[in-house]
Amino acid sequence: MKLSRKWLNEFVDCSSVSDKTFAEAMTISGSKVEVFTDLGAEFHNVVVGRVLSEERHPNSDHMWVLQVDVGEAEPVQICTGAWNVHVGDLVPVAKHKSTLPGGVKITRGKLRGVVSNGMLCGLSELGLEVRDFPYAVIRPAAILGDYHVLPGEKPSIPADIAPGHKIFGKVVAALVLSCEVTGYSTYALQLDLGDRLVDTTTHCPNIHTGDLVCYHTADDAVLGLDGLHAQQAEFPNCIPDGIFILNEDCRPGDDLPAVLGLDDHVVEFEITPNRPDCLSVIGLAREASATFHQPLRLHTPEVKGAGGSILDYADVDIEDGDLCPRYTGRLVRNVKIGPSPKWMRERLRASGVRPINNIVDITNYVMLEYGQPMHSFDFSCVDGHRIVVRRARPGEEIQTLDGTARALTESMLVIADEHKPVGVAGVMGGMNSEITEATRDVFFESANFNGVSIRKTALALGMRTEASGRYEKGLDPMNTLPAVQRACELVELLGCGEVADGVIDVVAREFTPTSLQLEPEKINRLLGTDIAEETMREILLSLGFTLDGDTVYVPSWRSDVEHYSDLAEEVARFYGYDNLPITLMRGETTRGGLSDKQKAEKELGQVCRGLGYSEILTYSFISPNDYNKIRMAEDDPRRQSVTILNPLGEDTSIMRTTSLPSLLETLARNHSHRNPTARLYELCRIYLPDEDGPLADERQVLSMGGYGDLDFFTFKGAVETILDALGIRNARYEACRDNPSYHPGRCARVLIDGKEIGVFGQIHPLVGKNYDVEQPMFAAELALEPLLAARRTEIIYRPLPKFPAVERDIAVVCDADVPVAQLEDCISRGGKGLVQEVRLFDIYTGKPIPEGKKSVAFSLRLRAEDHTLTDAEADADIRSILDLLEREWKAVLR
Amino acid sequence: MREQLANIRQEALKAIRSANAAAALDQVRVQYLGKKGELTAVLKQMGKLPAEERPVIGQMANEVREALTNAIAEQSKALAETALNLKLAAETVDVTIPGQRTALGHKHPLSIVIDEITDIFTGMGFQVAEGPEIELAEYNFTKLNTEEGHPGREWTDTFYISAGGDDPKNDAVLLRSQTSPMQVRVMEQQKPPIRIIAPGRVFRKDEADATHSPMFHQIEGLVVDKGITMADLKGTLNEVIRALYGPDSKTRFRPHHFPFTEPSCEVDVQCVECGGKGCSVCKGEGWIEILGAGMVHPKVLEGCGIDTEVYSGWAFGMGVERLAMRRFGIKDLRLIFENDVRFLEQF
Repeated sequence: MKLSRKWLNEFVDCSSVSDKTFAEAMTISGSKVEVFTDLGAEFHNVVVGRVLSEERHPNSDHMWVLQVDVGEAEPVQICTGAWNVHVGDLVPVAKHKSTLPGGVKITRGKLRGVVSNGMLCGLSELGLEVRDFPYAVIRPAAILGDYHVLPGEKPSIPADIAPGHKIFGKVVAALVLSCEVTGYSTYALQLDLGDRLVDTTTHCPNIHTGDLVCYHTADDAVLGLDGLHAQQAEFPNCIPDGIFILNEDCRPGDDLPAVLGLDDHVVEFEITPNRPDCLSVIGLAREASATFHQPLRLHTPEVKGAGGSILDYADVDIEDGDLCPRYTGRLVRNVKIGPSPKWMRERLRASGVRPINNIVDITNYVMLEYGQPMHSFDFSCVDGHRIVVRRARPGEEIQTLDGTARALTESMLVIADEHKPVGVAGVMGGMNSEITEATRDVFFESANFNGVSIRKTALALGMRTEASGRYEKGLDPMNTLPAVQRACELVELLGCGEVADGVIDVVAREFTPTSLQLEPEKINRLLGTDIAEETMREILLSLGFTLDGDTVYVPSWRSDVEHYSDLAEEVARFYGYDNLPITLMRGETTRGGLSDKQKAEKELGQVCRGLGYSEILTYSFISPNDYNKIRMAEDDPRRQSVTILNPLGEDTSIMRTTSLPSLLETLARNHSHRNPTARLYELCRIYLPDEDGPLADERQVLSMGGYGDLDFFTFKGAVETILDALGIRNARYEACRDNPSYHPGRCARVLIDGKEIGVFGQIHPLVGKNYDVEQPMFAAELALEPLLAARRTEIIYRPLPKFPAVERDIAVVCDADVPVAQLEDCISRGGKGLVQEVRLFDIYTGKPIPEGKKSVAFSLRLRAEDHTLTDAEADADIRSILDLLEREWKAVLR
Repeated sequence: MREQLANIRQEALKAIRSANAAAALDQVRVQYLGKKGELTAVLKQMGKLPAEERPVIGQMANEVREALTNAIAEQSKALAETALNLKLAAETVDVTIPGQRTALGHKHPLSIVIDEITDIFTGMGFQVAEGPEIELAEYNFTKLNTEEGHPGREWTDTFYISAGGDDPKNDAVLLRSQTSPMQVRVMEQQKPPIRIIAPGRVFRKDEADATHSPMFHQIEGLVVDKGITMADLKGTLNEVIRALYGPDSKTRFRPHHFPFTEPSCEVDVQCVECGGKGCSVCKGEGWIEILGAGMVHPKVLEGCGIDTEVYSGWAFGMGVERLAMRRFGIKDLRLIFENDVRFLEQF
């Protein structure tokens, strides 16, 4: 919401408050200011000038040298290339050392050898457009000296044309003998037609003595491009551009921004959705009044009326009172469409709204001032002169004012006549009832609609408009009447139509104000304050609440207030959040901190980082195609994913059931970024569909992986270290040959107490190919819950051994495919309780070991708890172990 | 013989001092003190001396022996020291050559921020609550005083898993758009006093760009107890912001609107770059918004079965990404989820 401070001052006098103070105070009281701007700030040293004399530039055929009175002792000399300036004109002058919008700096200079002490400005150089000053529109005449033959065509005007020569029909060439300004953009000309002289007047501002122009003898008019049926290319300088000739009450030397109404300051607010009342000048004035303790000066619109009762012309019927609780309207007859006055255009512009014409400008002005969207439409287009507010019928369509045909549905509210919709309620009017230059009778609609319905309609039609954006927040039902009155008052003020007597005001749902009890001690208890009841009452009164004893009546524009805590906020806002005391919580202390599980997760992260793995965070959603990329089996139950109904795109449309795609994608991205190595981990969630409930079964996973300078056993070592760090001693590893994502010979299942908790290994080269990574990648997926459940939580000290250990090395030869883990298992079981540690130290194949066999060497440590082992005891144990190895795996001592 | 002894002493001492290696020194020892050594040889002639001279010469010989033994020990020590010094000199390395490091992994910047804030709150007696990311619309919206029809519930803003049919009370399921449903979950499971924070992932339907991501992180906080006031909210959050931004940081509480708190506020910290004067970092405002907070709306408390006549509470929510981006000077949000190791290694 952009607020003009000039406009605001009409309702509450804040003129003595600086922009910065104003912004800070309003922000602190709850209306957050985003930015404030001084509209004239970009102007420096730009003034009004009066042209005293005009001579052709000695060294240029298209420039003029002017002497301009800028309110100083001496006139200044300025060169211009514009052709619409005449002696006596008031013009904007950017003097030597001046600044224009956009930071343009103007200084003295020489133009083709002639000194120019500044520049005359057109609208665009002032940051304006014709809509801001419709009177400044330039309608140029076609000057024959500017004529250019179109390429490839014969000249339609001979080069030697002279006064009196016929151009076509009644159009002849005429020499301008004199040109004098007689009024704003009105010039008296004396023309030489060859055989006679004529006096005429024109509004074309680009004519000077000596020009050869085209004159229509029958119409007594100097012609432009249209009259000549000529193309722009034939008269390249005949363009509606030039200096902005001022038609304002001003004198040479006056500061231009003030003359143009740019001496305003605009404050832009961020208004929260619960306060649509603050999307208006009056709403913000009320807040400012309470903030600065200045009286609020509201105005009651007065409409004189021009006779004739509206009831004789119009009828309104609300069919759906839930969607339209109230519909208020007035009729304006004999409308004269034209530009609105300067003050209105200035305020609209300051508020960021482009001026269009008087009727449209009035509706926008009232919307900004009152916060009530208004719609005006051509009443002659309303069949039967009966307005029906109803739901759209199946199959109904409307072409809205933006020119788009819209298919309507029964959930949408429309404004209709007897036969057809003439507008989408609260969103946009229909083309079929648009206000045009020819419009005679205008109906002003000021209605209250159901916010949710308007929002849904706007969303469904894909057209969120200024009006719908306001309606969707829920507007004040009591505001419709004052707003329409204000609009009609402005019609009368601007003299742009006759307001028919009477108002149509259909109330389908009566408004009952909310009433609350004022409970000061409750408010103080919530805020932690000791604010006097009287102060609370004053604050509420200043915001438009009414009090009757202890009963607070909430004003109609404050539907957000419905509870004592809302009153507490009103009190706190104007007591000042900064004035609330600062205390630390008392009461029962709570034992804070992380749970054991959270601590373990934190520790797990530390271990991963200690191993050189960096933490990543990846999206929880993936693409269904990711399952194909990791070669997941077609019938794998993990392909059943929780699906997002309205995803941003296919790539983020399902919730992952495995962390592998996220990890591989990250590894692949690093690889494509030419990072030579990567070691990554993530403690993340996977989301499994839950048959038994509406939500998902969310499980945590430790996902880790890497590539570059990595092999299977280095990676396995990292996994093992993590388990070691958690104190998990009973983990086992099993070959996993059937996981299609992994290398069939380099993938292991991790088992704890016989239960699989995850898998790790080298990624299958075909999967790698799917991610465009040629070199080996490694990945692990470990379920966090069983991992943490298996961690050692209690530590009991075991006394250090009192007796020495015996070290024995054994090497056995067995089939090459016997897993080492099985041999280790035999060793552990085979002994008689003396083996304390088994350490693999060599695996050997090749001569002299036979083909298909391998030699595996272990270092064993044996020890008895209660005595020093004898060689005989150790030998017996080793023999027993070797027996078992041979029995179970045909492994014989080498 | 006296002369002999004196000569031996003189020559031996000279030989000892000039022995420049352990082997040479040992040779000298053998030459003079060994079984066949010169001193021993002299002593063997003792028998030939007159009896009255023997003690005198004996004493003298002993003195010579002692002197030589000491000299050898001294020289041996000196030689050993020299040898060690030489060895150490030979072993000298260039200590400026980089060592063999163990590559350490790095914590993700978002985790750094989340852990830091978690530490602050756990130190103040808060526990950390966790909950589902796939959530019921009832928890994400309805029970947070965000009724059907609120713009946040639109399909354009929130990701839905199931539509839930026409009945708004039906169990529509969505990706939580805020961590606030944790407020409801905790209040339904736990009796006051409650002091929790709930960091976690949230999801909103925004295309990823420099400042938006369809997935991001928030930290929710909730306190419910007897006699909790807005002054408590200010006091606690002030402490937290001081812990985060330094003891001299200034805060500003300004009114705002959230459906599930009343009164509500946003909390700003004075821009550290410009000290409140206004600069590009704070977009000229002099303040940087840190979090949203407020007194838990009585409707929310009552919806969770908490007696509002006895209990009150306050809650807050903060976005982690923006905090981390400002903290580390990260200009593009996409970097955070790209996980390039060159990015990660900086933290």
